[in-house]
Amino acid sequence: MTVLAATSLVAGYGAADVLGGIDLECRGGERVALVGPNAAGKTTLVRCLAGLLRPRHGDVLLDGASVGMLDARARARRIAVVPQTFVTPFAFTVREIVGLGRTAYIGPFGGLSSDDRRAIDKALAEAGCTAVAERPFAELSGGERQRAVLAMALAQEADVLLLDEPTVHLDPVHQRETLARLGRIARDRGRVCIAVLHDLNLASALCDRVVVVDRGRIVADGTPAAVLTQHTIDRVFGPGLRVLAGRTPPAIVPLT
Amino acid sequence: MVVDHGRAHEAHRAGRPVPDAPAWTTAPGGRRHVLPHHSGDALIVVAPSAGRAGATRPPVAAVLGALGVALVAAVAVAVTLGAVAIPLDRVLATLAGRGEPTESAIVLSLRLPRVLGAALVGAALAVAGTLLQGLLRNPLADPYVLGTSAGASVAGTVGLLVAGPLGYLVVPAFAFAGALGSTAFVWRVARVGAHVPIVSLLLAGVVLSAVAGSVVALLLVMSDRLQLRLAAVLGWLMGGVSVVSWEQLGVAAALVAVSVTLGLATASRLDALALGEDAAASLGVDVERLKRVILVASALLTATAVSLAGLVGFVGLVVPHAARLVVGPRHARLLPACALGGATFVVLADLLARVALAPAELPVGVISGLVGGPFFFALLWRQRDSYRL
Repeated sequence: MTVLAATSLVAGYGAADVLGGIDLECRGGERVALVGPNAAGKTTLVRCLAGLLRPRHGDVLLDGASVGMLDARARARRIAVVPQTFVTPFAFTVREIVGLGRTAYIGPFGGLSSDDRRAIDKALAEAGCTAVAERPFAELSGGERQRAVLAMALAQEADVLLLDEPTVHLDPVHQRETLARLGRIARDRGRVCIAVLHDLNLASALCDRVVVVDRGRIVADGTPAAVLTQHTIDRVFGPGLRVLAGRTPPAIVPLT
Repeated sequence: MVVDHGRAHEAHRAGRPVPDAPAWTTAPGGRRHVLPHHSGDALIVVAPSAGRAGATRPPVAAVLGALGVALVAAVAVAVTLGAVAIPLDRVLATLAGRGEPTESAIVLSLRLPRVLGAALVGAALAVAGTLLQGLLRNPLADPYVLGTSAGASVAGTVGLLVAGPLGYLVVPAFAFAGALGSTAFVWRVARVGAHVPIVSLLLAGVVLSAVAGSVVALLLVMSDRLQLRLAAVLGWLMGGVSVVSWEQLGVAAALVAVSVTLGLATASRLDALALGEDAAASLGVDVERLKRVILVASALLTATAVSLAGLVGFVGLVVPHAARLVVGPRHARLLPACALGGATFVVLADLLARVALAPAELPVGVISGLVGGPFFFALLWRQRDSYRL
């Protein structure tokens, strides 16, 4: 089983440290939600875990080996990042976008092999976008586009999936569907699956584990019921949110 | 790369797109903004009848075959036409060494070098434009509008000044240094953190081109030696194919071959770069190395084109755009299509320049400017929402 771990991670941009010592260990098969207020360091943490930002201190270990030691290609075969939906300046079809997930498998002058094509078809099916595969990416709806981006990451056939606010442009039904899909993907392959989420209820209802990040540190880590308590919510988000009593998993509503 | 979420959000709330933010972190709010925003190109493709055209890209071998045939046909026609028309059978006889002396002289020392030079110029500029557009993720980029050509022309003019009998080597070498230097300069001037806004790049390119023009004019006035070659230098400034020797052509062909090969080697990584630098990195692209390779390859191509023909504008803008409509945005197909299409385009433009007002000859830059300028404005018009400041 794949294990992704951060040890005493310190990282930042310019003079300031955004992350001030993070210890985190995630195992394959579980869906982990990263939650926390804006500017808490969630995206920075994801970028470090992905090997896209070099930590100042500490290390990110994938199955015991430092992610920083992998070159870009080797890293992309192990770790896939699902960005927030993006726009492209050129008119790619969905299949071509998903094909970009195979970049790390293609050498100089190379094209897609039959293995690559199989991986692309499988990723399209897993993400539920086979039906739109031949359509221009720019013409898709927000939900379809999000699934196409997920398919691109799945085509990398990586052991680790990192998602930066994967549900941000989706309606509630599609949000739920996306996380349910992630759960299947995580369980079926024993993949490590970590998602930055803003919606606490989504994290509560559809993730196995919630990690609360505040001011560059992890302040709570555990099952939704253990972590999403009134005490923690008040401490991290300030007053204004109420955790409804007696609900499992916990439900959080804004105070009026 | 530092992600400037605050700025993106602020601009978004003000109802403005954020043209220079990395695309995947910008996420300009759902479906409403995305289409008119970054995707001028997409709009054109999905516009009138193309519909779901993305689905049915034609087989690349067929497209390249057709373009190859078109190039050979264009070269054949261009060699036969001119101040003196020479039928194709007599051109072929000349090539076989059985020609009549005057015709042999015209074909072998004048027309064929010029036509092949035009083909190389076209291939070089079209591929350079494609590479720069891929690098900058914007279909408005091109060596001419970014000032790369102008930088190459200044350095190339200096090369003309100092060059002895090895001018066919010295001029491209100087032009390459000028192209690389001006690209680096424009990039540096426009860069804000990790973003390189296209608006600043274009402005820097325009100003650099103007300064470069002045410097060339200054050199021209100050140097007796250049004045002796006034026609050549003026041709350079206006963009005219002037090939003086087969050696020059050979060097140019080798440089184009090397840089197109470099471009093809990076094709799949350049595709990934379309999603932004961070996304490309997470897909397995060594982004910094890729940038360096692309900058060197496009500078080599621009220098080669400038050495042969001076400032020929907009080829790198028109050809990639047209090619993308046919073969799609993937560079493994796009780059060869652009090389062949660009070569054909400039051969025909040069032919038109020679015969349109015969016996007077127009510089080919006039033709490419008359075609490409309006084309640039049309692209700008479609994308103008993205560039409000």
